Amino acid sequence: MAKLTKKQVLHVAELSNLTLTDSEIKKLTPQLDKIIDFVAKLSEVDTDGVEPTSQTTGLTNILKEDIVKSDESLSQDEALSATDDQNGYFKVPSILTNRSDD
Amino acid sequence: MINTPLTIKETQDGLKSKKFSAVELVDSYLAQIKKYNSEYNIFLTVTEELAYKKAKELDQIGNFSGPLSGVVTAYKDIFLTKGVRTTAASKILDNYIPQYSATTVKKIEQAGGIIIGKTNCDAFAHGASGENSDYGATFNPWNKEYVTGGSSSGSAGAVSANMSLVSLGSDTGGSTRQPANFCNLVGLKPTYGAISRYGVIAMSSSLDTVGSLAHTVDDIEIMYDVLKGEDGLDGNVVNPKPQTLNPKPRLGIAKEYFIEGLDSEVEKMIDSVKKTYEKIGIEVVELSLPHTKYMVPVYYIVMPAEVSSNLGKFDGIRYGNDRSAFGEEAKRRIMLGSYVLSAGYYDAYFEKAMKVRTKIVGDFNEAFKTVDAIISPVSPTPAFKLGENTNDPLKMYLEDVYTTTANLVGIPALALPSTFSKSGLPIGFQLMGPRFSEYNLFELGKKYHKEIDYKPKTAF
Amino acid sequence: MQKYITIIGLEIHIEPNTKSKMFCSCSQNHFGAKPNTQTCPICLGLPGALPIANKEAINKTIKLGLALGSKIFEKSYFYRKHYFYPDLPKSFQTSQKDNPFCVGGELLGKQINHIHLEEDAGKLIHSDNTSLVDFNRSGCALIEIVTEPVFHSVEEVISFTKELQLIAKYLDISSADMEKGTMRLEANISLANSKSQTLNSKLPNYKVELKNINSFKFLEKALNAEIERQTKALDSNEKLVQETRGYDEKTKATFSQRTKADSDDYRYFPEADLPPIHIGELSISNFQFSILELPAKKRLRFEKEFKLSKDYIEILVSDLERANYFEECVKQSSNLAMKPSVKLIADLMINKNLDKEFPEPAGLVAKLYALSHREYAENNTTENAVKQVLSENPEVVISYKNGKGQIIGFLIGQVQKLLKGKGDPKLINSKLVEKLREENF
Repeated sequence: MAKLTKKQVLHVAELSNLTLTDSEIKKLTPQLDKIIDFVAKLSEVDTDGVEPTSQTTGLTNILKEDIVKSDESLSQDEALSATDDQNGYFKVPSILTNRSDD
Repeated sequence: MINTPLTIKETQDGLKSKKFSAVELVDSYLAQIKKYNSEYNIFLTVTEELAYKKAKELDQIGNFSGPLSGVVTAYKDIFLTKGVRTTAASKILDNYIPQYSATTVKKIEQAGGIIIGKTNCDAFAHGASGENSDYGATFNPWNKEYVTGGSSSGSAGAVSANMSLVSLGSDTGGSTRQPANFCNLVGLKPTYGAISRYGVIAMSSSLDTVGSLAHTVDDIEIMYDVLKGEDGLDGNVVNPKPQTLNPKPRLGIAKEYFIEGLDSEVEKMIDSVKKTYEKIGIEVVELSLPHTKYMVPVYYIVMPAEVSSNLGKFDGIRYGNDRSAFGEEAKRRIMLGSYVLSAGYYDAYFEKAMKVRTKIVGDFNEAFKTVDAIISPVSPTPAFKLGENTNDPLKMYLEDVYTTTANLVGIPALALPSTFSKSGLPIGFQLMGPRFSEYNLFELGKKYHKEIDYKPKTAF
Repeated sequence: MQKYITIIGLEIHIEPNTKSKMFCSCSQNHFGAKPNTQTCPICLGLPGALPIANKEAINKTIKLGLALGSKIFEKSYFYRKHYFYPDLPKSFQTSQKDNPFCVGGELLGKQINHIHLEEDAGKLIHSDNTSLVDFNRSGCALIEIVTEPVFHSVEEVISFTKELQLIAKYLDISSADMEKGTMRLEANISLANSKSQTLNSKLPNYKVELKNINSFKFLEKALNAEIERQTKALDSNEKLVQETRGYDEKTKATFSQRTKADSDDYRYFPEADLPPIHIGELSISNFQFSILELPAKKRLRFEKEFKLSKDYIEILVSDLERANYFEECVKQSSNLAMKPSVKLIADLMINKNLDKEFPEPAGLVAKLYALSHREYAENNTTENAVKQVLSENPEVVISYKNGKGQIIGFLIGQVQKLLKGKGDPKLINSKLVEKLREENF
């Protein structure tokens, strides 16, 4: 029986880059519990020695040649067209934490 | 105004014989849209200017020789259309004007298609009814109290309400077949890797396909011919090898499909389909797909995981609004996805699901050794009423019980209208075949429709 | 006696010199480009875009792996590595996890854990109270070399890094230039108590990550500063936390950038949009033939073949172009009658930079020839000297004409004496023979 704690839900929300209100958390938690219980049914299935499937095409080695194709690039205007820019840069509200990748 | 034909052939015959012009076609479809769209909430954007521009060009050239020449087409609003607002029916992309067009949009344009507009859908394609749109649900043209199905709700609505001749949708877990089924249309989910996904807003990368909706199998086949094939941009697409239809095809029905919750009218329809094929000399046998009951759990692990990943790019920096604009269903799926991928849970959920997926694929590899195609319901019931499933997300997820299969296995599935329920709602079934067996499915679909003397019909 | 044992592991990023980016056809060379002028739907993370892997970036990665003695995985996969940051447009970095291209390997006796291929993020610039992003670098290919924590001194780190840089240049897979950013380094440092280290052979329970090191000079300073800080802390029984630190040139110390209580949850899963790479089918044998002689081998050969000093060898080997130039000069000058010494050639290159003056080896060789010839007396002078000697030695001329051929040696000597030793023996000889044949004598 999945019983997500508020702490867990907040942690998952952080991983998801979502800010949830208290009422959202209240509504979401039992729903997630129910769904997680439902999908946990899979533990019934014997998968010993079974390879995981991440892709159904069976393709390998689909690669591109090392060529620059300027007609596939966007102009600076096009790249910036969907937002307000600053001297050709995308704007972001000031970063409070540092990047989290290793 | 003219009576817009319901097939590509009739449309092109009419254009070539100058019975009507492309501009007149556009006039008529636009009139229909103006009359009914606010009531049924089918289109989010109507591309009147572009439609007339293309129609005038075609009329000027005058030979209508392209395979989709003069064919008015509607696109689910997850297809990027350069210069034309594309929202995914989400407030996140409320004001997004794409900088490029999807491969499939370009292909249809090059084949002579006329873009009429962008249709409503469940936001980011998350849904099986159309009720998850941030712009309000789409109503079923056959009965306003009912859903069109989803997530390609508007695409099905547009064709069945005679606002467009054909439309494009997407199918990740049934999102083209189920609305086609609820709206009396033919709907194709192609083989994963037959049609390029480039330029279609990604939902679940290993499951997404470009779906097509029309009134007849012939028209679906014409569209498939135009859409399929490599474009150098979707690395999973290969040019399909030609397949020959088995002169004595054999169909199968899985015993696991007759579950509790299957509407008796749908069950009856499946039985009549079986008898129809037998009547024309095609054998229908019973088979087993033992992992059927695990399809939906596998889907609701794999899909949300991929969704949580694909929706991460919407951070409001390069386009769109910030993440607080996500709707409830999107947030739910993102949370679920992050959970099943997170440390400590990945093995038990995501990796487990990938392994069970292997077993599901195995079921079908076995089955296709003995049959050429499988008959299956599309939905357990005909269209349901608006609001019926909205309080219980899990209940809504169970709508996908028959459709997620084809996505998990990567195989094509053709939804075919069959009959109507007592209450006047469309009921249909689907045929599923091995990878790249679309032409076989088209043959089998045409044979069925010929035998039942199927006539295309719009709701109004 | 060192109280603590320094334990350092390295993560080195090398930007391969492919023409296009890792998953799209934008230019890989973004140095000096105006912001956001080298992007496309794919590397900008627009909705609907899909990646396709750059064959050449994979080739260069495998080349490097083979050069370092790594095992090449037969089937390799790309994974999505998730974290949120404004310079990461898709919110995940397409990288590798299980089954990277290369596993293991070694350089200068230091073990390599693996080498994988990934894409770079954009550049974030902080300005006042906004941050600005340029995505030109987003999607650029990046080769990452991860070592085992087997470095125990700053010198070892520097030698390793310099040698790796040199190999990258030899293989022509990257300019590997720290200042230009085509080579970046991160060091994980911890100190172990010597005793427990030898007893338990366990690694310390923390490590400090040093980032943003962009020159060898800073590398040395930063590492030393950090080792000093950790030493002081341990000496005063302070607990050291797992964190990321940068180096501040002004304070000459490291400073904390981020504390990490536990490692980040990147929620890796296989990238379904990129089919796996089957290396077997790409034919590894092809790679092995194209791997040329690496620096270590070249040093040994130069020592054996040319017997140059270690200093000279290092200067030549550390620049492949110069090493090749040197060998070409040696080869070409071996055809000259006046064969210059190998050491002379090296001297002229290293001390007089003549290889800069003459872009082609043939140029330097011609110069050498001219140098050795400038000593010789001119044509006319030689001819006059010959005439004089012949007129002063009539009996010798008669002896020559009567068949005593070898007496020409005496005459050559006399001419040479007149020319004060500056005569070209060949020229003297031919002029004598010419004159002796003439009737007048």
